[in-house]
Amino acid sequence: MELDPLILSRIQFAFVVCFHAIFPVFTIGLASTIAGFETLAYKTGNPIWQKLSKFWIQVFAVVFGIGVVSGIVMSFQFGTNWSNFSYATANFLGPVLSYEVVTAFFLEAGFLGVLLFGRDKVSQGVHLFAAIMVATGTFISSFWILAANSLMQTPDGLMNIDGIYHVVSWTDSLFTPSFGYRFAHMALASFLTASLVVAGVSAWFVLQNRELEANKKALSIALWFLLILAPLQAVVGDFHGLNTLKYQPMKVAAMEGNWETQPGVPLLLFAIPDQEAETNHFEIKIPKLASYVLTHDPDGVVPGLKDVPAAERPPVFIVFWSFRVMVGLGLLMIVFAVWGLLLRRSGKIYTSKIFLNGLRLMSISPFLAVLAGWVVTESGRAPWLIYGQMTHAQGLTPSLTGGMALFSLIGYVLVYAMVFSAGIYYLLQVFKGGIEHTDIPHELTTVERPSRPLSAAHIAIDEDL
Amino acid sequence: MENIYDLTIIWAGIIGFGIMMYVLMDGFDLGQGILFPFAPNEQARDTMMNSVAPIWDGNETWLVLGGAGLLAAFPLVYAVFLPALYIGVFLLLAGLIFRGIAFEFRFKAKTSKYLWSYSFSVGSIVASFAQGAVVGAYIQGFETEGFAYSGGALDWLTPFTVLTGFGLVVGYALLGSTWLILKTEGEVQEFAYNITPKLLLGLMAIFTLVCIYTPFIDEFVYTRWFESISLIWVLPVLVLYCAYLVFKHVKQRNEGLPFVASMGIFLFSYLGLLASKWPYIVPPKFTIYDAASAYNSQLFLLLGFLFVIPIVLTYTSWTYWVFRGKVKEGGYH
Repeated sequence: MELDPLILSRIQFAFVVCFHAIFPVFTIGLASTIAGFETLAYKTGNPIWQKLSKFWIQVFAVVFGIGVVSGIVMSFQFGTNWSNFSYATANFLGPVLSYEVVTAFFLEAGFLGVLLFGRDKVSQGVHLFAAIMVATGTFISSFWILAANSLMQTPDGLMNIDGIYHVVSWTDSLFTPSFGYRFAHMALASFLTASLVVAGVSAWFVLQNRELEANKKALSIALWFLLILAPLQAVVGDFHGLNTLKYQPMKVAAMEGNWETQPGVPLLLFAIPDQEAETNHFEIKIPKLASYVLTHDPDGVVPGLKDVPAAERPPVFIVFWSFRVMVGLGLLMIVFAVWGLLLRRSGKIYTSKIFLNGLRLMSISPFLAVLAGWVVTESGRAPWLIYGQMTHAQGLTPSLTGGMALFSLIGYVLVYAMVFSAGIYYLLQVFKGGIEHTDIPHELTTVERPSRPLSAAHIAIDEDL
Repeated sequence: MENIYDLTIIWAGIIGFGIMMYVLMDGFDLGQGILFPFAPNEQARDTMMNSVAPIWDGNETWLVLGGAGLLAAFPLVYAVFLPALYIGVFLLLAGLIFRGIAFEFRFKAKTSKYLWSYSFSVGSIVASFAQGAVVGAYIQGFETEGFAYSGGALDWLTPFTVLTGFGLVVGYALLGSTWLILKTEGEVQEFAYNITPKLLLGLMAIFTLVCIYTPFIDEFVYTRWFESISLIWVLPVLVLYCAYLVFKHVKQRNEGLPFVASMGIFLFSYLGLLASKWPYIVPPKFTIYDAASAYNSQLFLLLGFLFVIPIVLTYTSWTYWVFRGKVKEGGYH
């Protein structure tokens, strides 16, 4: 069998980027959560907030540490597997990715250390300031990354001279038409992730009757946030979809499983899209709803996949179903938000076992939703690497063989499997330790000097607590 | 836009400085991993790791900064080196990940400690070897078509690059052992005093081989060194002088100077390499000007780098200041 370096490189990139993405999406939201707890601690003087903050800072430290390691691999992927793409876009991509690195270092050098290790060394106000700066820094980092991605989705502000892109306007190329929507959508996704994880973990502690006062407070706040954020995300997602319809109509066609450009397009609840036969099987649909959602007119015309040659269509099955997973999980989040509100009114929010156990499971949902969302937007761009301008095949490293790509793919899977199972196992140990653990006076032993993010967590990796 | 300043030269300076900083600084902490198998006992290994634990990740900052800067300032280097060294880059990253994770977890582990020691040691050796092979591959040059690499997956792996790979492993071990002389005492320092001359001898042997080998695989280098006898010959002489200093000060049981002198060996070898190849950055065809990105992209990022490099330098010096002095058994006191 001939190994195809293109498919293997795409699988490899998808694998490393998916593995990487779950960490920053959590740290971005969690940084703001911690800044929130620190603010409450500062304003109220109630030690409970500080206790919560201490616990979640440990979690943050571990997740941040793993995220940074997996991010380094990402920055080399562009060159190893997509060298034609990197070379052509370097005038834009180089500075943008470098600025992300610059931001991250500035953050790590200046404020992360103070947040993680400086609680007893600086005043509470300075510590709070550091927490806010770390939260701000995570957003600046994501600004650069999302600007780079948005340019690939809706290119603007560049001029192609002999195959090399030159930046004509930094403003246009950084703030392309899809950037604002993407940034808002991801920012909300990060907040939702933090809310749902805090809610899930707190619910688990409440079920175990551990540190009830603090954990109930955390649960309560997380659920209020969920109640605001989950519906808001649906609205922002809708706007993002309309923007995509305007600039990347084939992505939306694949999301809806719509083959023909026609008015009154139904919303498909279920279908098995068939790329070869250019049709769907086993459709379950709500008439005219897709037209209504996308054009705000039940008889509006929605573009279909057959508008472009077969070779320029995204993989419909993947896009169609990832979109449904994302939206389905989003709706489930709204259900839990409303359920929480009803239980709160009847006073059973901390006692309903089925609700609390449900929240525990829901703490995985934002990660799945984020990954599904990225699959929609990335696979939906196919076959384009830069929408309408450069295909995946054109961006690939010319000298790359199938064998090399397979070697590195297997290699990365193995390395990640080992390293990250250790990381995630350790994270679970931190969760098990709970917020009580933060109260045990902890002398920094000489081998746990404050130097690395993970040193902020004080739990043995291979011992029962 | 009018190109008022030659930013390409400035960027060559920044990247060159970044690589040098990386080699000097990450070199001695990679060296700890290379020396791990030879350490007298487990306690010594703890001390060795402790001596670099607070600073190693700051040292690796330079690698990431240099890598990102390359894509921005010299995209051709990025787009040729990474595909050409595909397998090597994978090994480098895998090595760095394993040793990085080992730093985190070895201190938190009890029963699984030995696994993290292996992870630290193997990761360090693999990453160092891969870096050395990159140097060798740079000297060899790259087969290109248009602006893309057109050679095979393992073209970089030749007897010459294996030699430079081992050279850097031994060199980093030397930086590591002289660092230990400076930062430790007692048993570990004694171990370092004993192993340093052997490493020095090994390094000088490889250095000589590389020097003899290089002009014969690269005509350009041959011309530069032998057409007209020039100032360039000062550099290898300085390397040998530094080697002599290491030997002398180890003999006299001086604590600081062996480390400084081994850094000198690296510095002058590096300058010698640059002087041999200048202005070629993707040999044999492309100079720094061929490889440079657009003027306005170089300018855009330069502003950020001018802002962040002083911060990284300040932060780095501050960390070294905080952790100055000897590392005792169990850590800094």
